[in-house]
Amino acid sequence: MREILRFCDVSLTYQAENGEVDALRDINFEVYEGELVSIIGPSGCGKTTLLSLIAGLEPPTNGEVIISGTPGYMLQKDNLLDWRTIRGNVLLGLEICGKKTPEGIRYVENLLKTYGLWEFRDNHPSQLSGGMRQRAALIRTLAVKPELLLLDEAFSALDYQTRLVVADDVFNILRREKKTSVIVTHDIAEGISMADRLIMLSKRPGKVQTNIPLKFEAANTTPLKRREDPAFREYFKMIWEGLDVHV
Amino acid sequence: MSMCSPNRLAYLKKRRRRTRMVRFCQFMILFLFIGLWEGLARVGVIDAFLMSQPSRVWRTVANFANNNLLNHIGVTLFETVAGFAIGVVLGILIAFILWYSNFLAKVSEPFLVVLNALPKIALGPIIIIWVGAGMQAVIVMALAISLVVTVMEMLNGFRNTDAELIKMARTFGASRLQTFIKITFPSNLHTLFNCLKINIGLTLVGVIAGEFLVSRAGLGYLIVYGGQVFQMDLVMTSVIILAVVAALLYRMVVFLEWVVMRAVKGN
Repeated sequence: MREILRFCDVSLTYQAENGEVDALRDINFEVYEGELVSIIGPSGCGKTTLLSLIAGLEPPTNGEVIISGTPGYMLQKDNLLDWRTIRGNVLLGLEICGKKTPEGIRYVENLLKTYGLWEFRDNHPSQLSGGMRQRAALIRTLAVKPELLLLDEAFSALDYQTRLVVADDVFNILRREKKTSVIVTHDIAEGISMADRLIMLSKRPGKVQTNIPLKFEAANTTPLKRREDPAFREYFKMIWEGLDVHV
Repeated sequence: MSMCSPNRLAYLKKRRRRTRMVRFCQFMILFLFIGLWEGLARVGVIDAFLMSQPSRVWRTVANFANNNLLNHIGVTLFETVAGFAIGVVLGILIAFILWYSNFLAKVSEPFLVVLNALPKIALGPIIIIWVGAGMQAVIVMALAISLVVTVMEMLNGFRNTDAELIKMARTFGASRLQTFIKITFPSNLHTLFNCLKINIGLTLVGVIAGEFLVSRAGLGYLIVYGGQVFQMDLVMTSVIILAVVAALLYRMVVFLEWVVMRAVKGN
């Protein structure tokens, strides 16, 4: 399988006014084509920083992030612009990249049609439900045809029920579009249910503590179904003990 | 019309009545004020020579063909619109530059604070000497008063743009200029219109102050001239016209906001 992403001894130290902050230390892992990898860890362990490194928003202090192809980033909030229609919103990425060509527009319109947003194309974001907004945000990201998708707590702004449904929805879209993805979450259950592989970071400075493939009995199921899988509980227990949470 | 429940109808009726009552009271206050002013002047309780009187104001207005009133209104309007337009464009441009370069913003911060606190009227004589006595001095005066406020308001708005929206644009590789055009500026339309509403008032202050100092025409000139020759009719007429002009200009900004917001947000 083709390697899409590789972290080689990556460290990142922030310079803050009151001293240095060791965010990440000696991170090593790979992501292969078609994989869904979740990254979990205690809050403040540098999960989001890791994605910023992949997206090229920040350079690492040491080491190297090798990425083949362009990354697409999905944030916690949908960040749809309320002065644009849904169509205008999903075209934003193409506009910025200077790729708003007839083919690009056609591709985006097809995505809107495939994922049930076509009839809402002229609506404004405030007229859509949270789930549909998140879908629109995903289409905006997919529009630039990223080889690697980064999801940063992409569901945590939603209420619990919606969150389960939207996670299922996004999972299906990612599978269908065959997108390699890195999912960052603080929700252990979400991390396990959505991914093929799980990477757990330690407390700050973040290091890779666990990097395991996730195997379920039923191969092709949705995250919601996976939560009922016997293996799910085993993984959950293992991660929970590894996290070593104290109040 | 859809069918409404009796409670709904009663509620709507109550609300309409309240709105009518407010309007009625507003008109009554205006009516009483003018009536009292006219009446007291007629019976001689107040001196119409010092206080003028509504009927004399009206005569002055009606006589616009001979006293050049329209010309004066036109001059003040032109100066205000020119000062306003230049102030807004220049203010946004400077705010953009300071937003773009954090270094420049930091460097200019104390100067902006001092300029903001300085009473700009004090610059009057300097402005007259530098740009010459005339309309240009009035416009520069108006600019001096409104510009610093525009820069500070807009810069503040630009800086407080939702950081998540900017991060989103950056994940697509947006340059700083693209971020400004696609995210920062459009998400500050509210800031802009609030700024315009404050500016239209400030610009008028600048124009009238400028006309007080140096001019041969305009409502500010009329007020000063009327005061010097003790023609209170002229002074009062000019002040009343100024109030109407100010209100109309403000309404125009509100209307513009309504049009732009509707175009931008759909409904």
